[in-house]
Amino acid sequence: MALGRNSNQQATVPSTEQGRIDYAGKKIGMWLFLFTELLFFGGMFLLYAVYRSRYPAEFHWAAQQENLLLGSINTMILLSSSLTMAVAVSAIGKAHRRLSCLMQMVTMLSACCFLIIKYFEWGAKISKGIYPNSPVLLAHEKGDILFFSLYFVMTGIHGLHVLIGIIVMAIMLFFTRRGVIAPDNFAKLENTGLYWHFVDIVWIYLFPLFYLIT
Amino acid sequence: MDRDDLQAQTAGYSHYLCVWAALLVLLGMTIAIARHELLANYSVLGSLVIATVKAGLVLSYFMHLRNEGWVVKGMLLLAIGALTFIIALTFVDTWYR
Repeated sequence: MALGRNSNQQATVPSTEQGRIDYAGKKIGMWLFLFTELLFFGGMFLLYAVYRSRYPAEFHWAAQQENLLLGSINTMILLSSSLTMAVAVSAIGKAHRRLSCLMQMVTMLSACCFLIIKYFEWGAKISKGIYPNSPVLLAHEKGDILFFSLYFVMTGIHGLHVLIGIIVMAIMLFFTRRGVIAPDNFAKLENTGLYWHFVDIVWIYLFPLFYLIT
Repeated sequence: MDRDDLQAQTAGYSHYLCVWAALLVLLGMTIAIARHELLANYSVLGSLVIATVKAGLVLSYFMHLRNEGWVVKGMLLLAIGALTFIIALTFVDTWYR
């Protein structure tokens, strides 16, 4: 709970002109949104699970076409960005504004690196003629078509979430520098952190399912 | 700010670093298991178990779930339970067709 202290050293709850800030409500609201995201990605993981159980050999072969090195680097990047995001949130709570801003910038840069690597991965596949509904892909086995379609859709929607995260983080960085996000009022940044960690968790599951089922 | 305050503040960041190090070790393990020929039959299960451990670490420490009350923890369990139920029910259908 983000409590402040008034001049008499009594604990106070931060308030706006409209009234008391509902810190717990803001956090629960964010968690509720993340549950909808969980079911959103969960539906796609369900598709993956069912089709993999139907075409295990094709999924096994198709996964070998993935670039394990780039996938591993991307995983390390996202895990590290989760660290920097967590430190950023913790830092603003401790009134370390400069550290928080620095960590937010590093998180955004890491996210950009993730997308750049994804661009090269997708580019390599597309240059081989493998993309949704391509003639090359449609000539493959049904299991291969399903694997690569799921790959593009799931990593694509995940990448979209990363992009949205970058934009939201940029806004939060602006707020932090301006003082809108302050040590006694940083629910926005904390919620952004929750979103970012969720995006990381989705990739934690995407990575083994697309790169490691060899 | 005295020395104890400074130590308390930096200690707050070091536990994040420990979690991050653990996550990288688990990532290494998951890749090693996948590439190990002897464990081929269990590599997918092993990878998913390790992924769940990693997700648990991110949830508990980075998302501060361990500091939350039972309202948030209960809601999360409900959401995960709902997804598990949906997946399980689907497989009851597809496995026995």
